[in-house]
Amino acid sequence: MANNAMEGGQAIIRCLENEGVEYIFGYSGGSVIPIFDALVTTQTKINFILTRHEQGAAHMADGYARATGKPAVVLITSGPGATNTLTGIMTAHMDSVPMIILSGQSVSWMLGKDAFQEADIFGITMPIVKHSYLLKSSNEIPRVIREAFHISTTGRPGPVLIDIPKDFSAGPCTEDLHAKMDLPGYKINSTPNKDTLLEIAEALGKSKRPLILAGHGVMISGAENALRALAEKCRIPVTNTLLGKGVFPETHKLSLGMLGMHGTAYANKAVCECDLLLNVGSRFDDRILGQPAKFCKDATIIHIDIDAAEIGKMIQPQIACVADARLALEELIKHVPILETKEWCKHLDGYKVKYPLKFKRQGSLKMQHIIDEFYKLSGGKACVTTDVGQHQMWAAQFYRTDHRLNWLSSGGAGTMGFGLPACIGAAFGRPKDLHICFVGDGGFQMTFFELATAALYKLPIKIVVLNNHYLGMVRQWQELFYEDRKSGVDLEGNPDFVKLAEAFGIKGFNLRRPGDVKRVLKNALEYNDGPCLINCEVEKTENVFPMIPAGAVIEDMLIEPPARKMEKPTGST
Amino acid sequence: MSNLNKSTTHTLSVYVANKPGVLARIAQLFSRRGFNIESLVVSPGIDGKFSRMTISCTGEAEGLDQIIKQLLKLIDVLHCIDHTYDQSVTKEMGLIKIEVNSSGRSEALQIAEHYGCKTVDLTPESMILQVVGNPEKIDAFEEMIAKFKIIELVRTGKVVMSRGSDIT
Ligand SMILES: Cc1ncc(C[n+]2csc(CCOP(=O)(O)OP(=O)(O)O)c2C)c(N)n1
Ligand SMILES: [Mg+2]
Repeated sequence: MANNAMEGGQAIIRCLENEGVEYIFGYSGGSVIPIFDALVTTQTKINFILTRHEQGAAHMADGYARATGKPAVVLITSGPGATNTLTGIMTAHMDSVPMIILSGQSVSWMLGKDAFQEADIFGITMPIVKHSYLLKSSNEIPRVIREAFHISTTGRPGPVLIDIPKDFSAGPCTEDLHAKMDLPGYKINSTPNKDTLLEIAEALGKSKRPLILAGHGVMISGAENALRALAEKCRIPVTNTLLGKGVFPETHKLSLGMLGMHGTAYANKAVCECDLLLNVGSRFDDRILGQPAKFCKDATIIHIDIDAAEIGKMIQPQIACVADARLALEELIKHVPILETKEWCKHLDGYKVKYPLKFKRQGSLKMQHIIDEFYKLSGGKACVTTDVGQHQMWAAQFYRTDHRLNWLSSGGAGTMGFGLPACIGAAFGRPKDLHICFVGDGGFQMTFFELATAALYKLPIKIVVLNNHYLGMVRQWQELFYEDRKSGVDLEGNPDFVKLAEAFGIKGFNLRRPGDVKRVLKNALEYNDGPCLINCEVEKTENVFPMIPAGAVIEDMLIEPPARKMEKPTGST
Repeated sequence: MSNLNKSTTHTLSVYVANKPGVLARIAQLFSRRGFNIESLVVSPGIDGKFSRMTISCTGEAEGLDQIIKQLLKLIDVLHCIDHTYDQSVTKEMGLIKIEVNSSGRSEALQIAEHYGCKTVDLTPESMILQVVGNPEKIDAFEEMIAKFKIIELVRTGKVVMSRGSDIT
């Protein structure tokens, strides 16, 4: 090795420092030892967090990124270490979350020879990353890391994987650490076309019943102020997607809350009745469309998205604007007229009164009650993470979100097991804030081992296990559409979650009766010596409403439990 | 609905950075969306850092629009142009090995001459004919020469180039 040369692993750490990385989440192994060694020899200030499973590492990096807007790094070994991150990478990819995955690999001369722990992770991950690299030499390290961060965090963000053969992390890197990028094919269409914006302004001017659909793109581009200014200036009601929670205050008078399969009745009715829909940064996911061909049939549809491939993918808009949401809205607002929407807003307010989100506080203990009470006790200020299932939908309904980066949920992928590690990642990123993690008893058991990580770092998180002893969301479908034939949904054999927490040195609370909700949650909130877990024994067979059965039209929304027998849904999952 | 299912053959020219994995990424885009790649020609660009791909594929027109957008999203793709409906120059080469002895040889050569073919290999029992032209011409030749027993057939797949100042 040349005298002044660094080892590849050291170059990697220095490059990550240059990118401003604060946290690496990961798990060691043979092919990454040189990089782990460099964490020591470089005396870096980057914090390394040893998780208990590589999936946990990926979800932590995801949660960190969603809660801070900054990318984190996942560092894992080759073969099974790398494949264990697949669910986490796919989850981040579906929700456009920036993430850098550094995977160790066998030495380069053994590639393709079925070496010990060799997996073609470059090939395996191709459909679930924004981009990926298989290093060809140690000297590529500075350029590849620079490019990876640039690609991951700009345009429509996403995960980028770098597969690093061990001889390159161990070998000398003589290249300047501030290497130039070489990305001739990477274009970001962030600047809006002025004429298109004028066209949008004109269409808005003609609208009597306009509606804004705000998605995750608003969050990613930091367009929430521009969005609010636009909505307030023109007096346009706003509905948000699941991942758009927080881009427009859900407590705002103009907010209709979340739309879609389990969205509010008034948001979905507004979608049916509007004469203009301005979609900013949502990809018209099938959870919000009902039947695409019948969605907003009589309305003018406008779509603003930075990803040109989203235009016309599900819905063909009359006006399309490929641009960064913030730049588009900031320019648009200069041209929009003030609209006369008093009637329309009053009409929608009528729906809010007629079809509020509701539940019964009496009788058995309901998840909604717990979430609602936690919302009140925490003043709506917590950074909320959810897992996937019924509890996720109720959390979306009852924990209203007023600020960006305060709602972390696996939307596109619907990944059970996401909640706890994502919440841990968020808490690393924002250690001064209150973090609440709503998880189901099913999903919690997919990644609960990360309790060790939470306990070790005494993270300020409240883990609310909403325990209905069922895979509740699936059971709900079986009840509604399959004549209540329960199949593979009974979580018989659940452990005692409080004892489980205690085994990790985490404070546990039990909550069984509606009358105890306030007291127990208060105690949990006041507990300030690291994480605590609240096991909530809730009603086993409560169902989430409103509900638009998959594949049905929005007009067929069930606001309350149906009296008639339902057909099997035609839509996907 | 019926309209949607109508498959047409499309010709795309894709200009890519010559980076590892670029072909696999492109192939995945097509297969994931149920598109069948009929032919694929890859060759180095003027600058060796780039490659040119000519892809012929079948599938619904609506899906193709999405595929082109997805192609453009790939980090290593510089541009992608649909040449299905323009007047670009389209060429393909075919090699056809037929079973033929002295008795049929002159007829075979006559057909070959009509299509401007070259004889690139000749044995007492066979010959290889090389035909160049647009794909329809090669189809037609194939049909004519099929009166002899075709032993093997290899086609390069088509390549396209825009006329005049248009880029490919
Ligand atoms: C990894 C994974 N496996 C399976 C599913 C399918 N699924 C969606 S919701 C659900 C039930 C979740 O049960 P639980 O975690 O107890 O939450 P609940 O619905 O009861 O609130 C299942 C199995 C999924 N989303 N993710
Ligand atoms: Mg459950």
